Amino acid sequence: MDFAEEQLKRYSRHIILPEVGGKGQKKISGAKVFMIGAGGLGCPVGYYLAAAGVGTIAIIDNDTVELSNLQRQIAHSVKTLGVNKADSAKQTFEALNPDVNVIAIKERINSRNILDLIKDYDIVVDGSDNFPTRYLINDACVMLKKPLVSGAILRFEGQVTTIVPGEGPCYRCLFEYPPPPGLVPSCQEAGVLGVLPGVIGALQATEVLKLILGKGAPLKGQLLIYDALGANFRKVKIPKNPACPICGENPTITELTDSEEYCSI
Amino acid sequence: MIMNDIKADKKLDIKGVVCPYTLVKTRLAVEDIEVGQVLEVLLDYPEASESIPRAMLNYGHSVLKVEKINPTDWIIYIKKEVED
Repeated sequence: MDFAEEQLKRYSRHIILPEVGGKGQKKISGAKVFMIGAGGLGCPVGYYLAAAGVGTIAIIDNDTVELSNLQRQIAHSVKTLGVNKADSAKQTFEALNPDVNVIAIKERINSRNILDLIKDYDIVVDGSDNFPTRYLINDACVMLKKPLVSGAILRFEGQVTTIVPGEGPCYRCLFEYPPPPGLVPSCQEAGVLGVLPGVIGALQATEVLKLILGKGAPLKGQLLIYDALGANFRKVKIPKNPACPICGENPTITELTDSEEYCSI
Repeated sequence: MIMNDIKADKKLDIKGVVCPYTLVKTRLAVEDIEVGQVLEVLLDYPEASESIPRAMLNYGHSVLKVEKINPTDWIIYIKKEVED
């Protein structure tokens, strides 16, 4: 194992962990993670993955930084107001750790580009803010058999699950189809406690590192729900649905589609 | 003088290195030897003469000997027991 002196220092608390060591740190350095969204969730996920030394982090976002984002989107700042969020996050992550190659993609993810974008990555992180994108990411990951760490937040509650296609259930096993537009309010209408994406994003980053290291038990087939007001964590089991339209025995969804767009956060 | 019959397969000199890098360097050196082989570590950071043996046992390896060889230096012999 050849680490530069600077890397020995930077990653020393990882290297001495029994579950990590030099070998584990090398796995982290060699990992390629694709993140969708540089918003509330994407900021802390990317921040911690960059700190951990994940070698390649791609982050896709089409929005620009606004003042209303800064209450929770910790990779952005007043200095990057008006800048594309993927670019803003890249600057922050690379300032934290120059070992990391951050690829900023200034596009909106859709049914036409997603497969090509994620195909060379080991793990996908969903930090999107709307149901059509969430289902699109799920379907693409099932089709390409990519592990997906999914997070969602609203008001004072957040949830995390890890989808390992072929091994556990997918998002559609839980809810076959997205709710109709307007039924579930967005953060823009309903609000979100600024620290909540920090909690959920940190949990997502933890899941990503566990997958990279091959250690511990991922949240496979489980939805971890955090209720900030009650200070409660609870886990709900998600059974695999043999009739799931995408990962079931006879899938009816065989190609990706874009559903109606929602307003974004 | 060092009096022992333990044969080291690899030697690591970390004199001048302080915690936690004593442990970082020792762990990396143990990763690089084969199971069953012995690493000899020369160090002068007093705390490490106790913390490294403890950590190595925790990783599942054996500590064959911890020896104070002069007023400032220690030698620790670690046998790699598991692929960690």
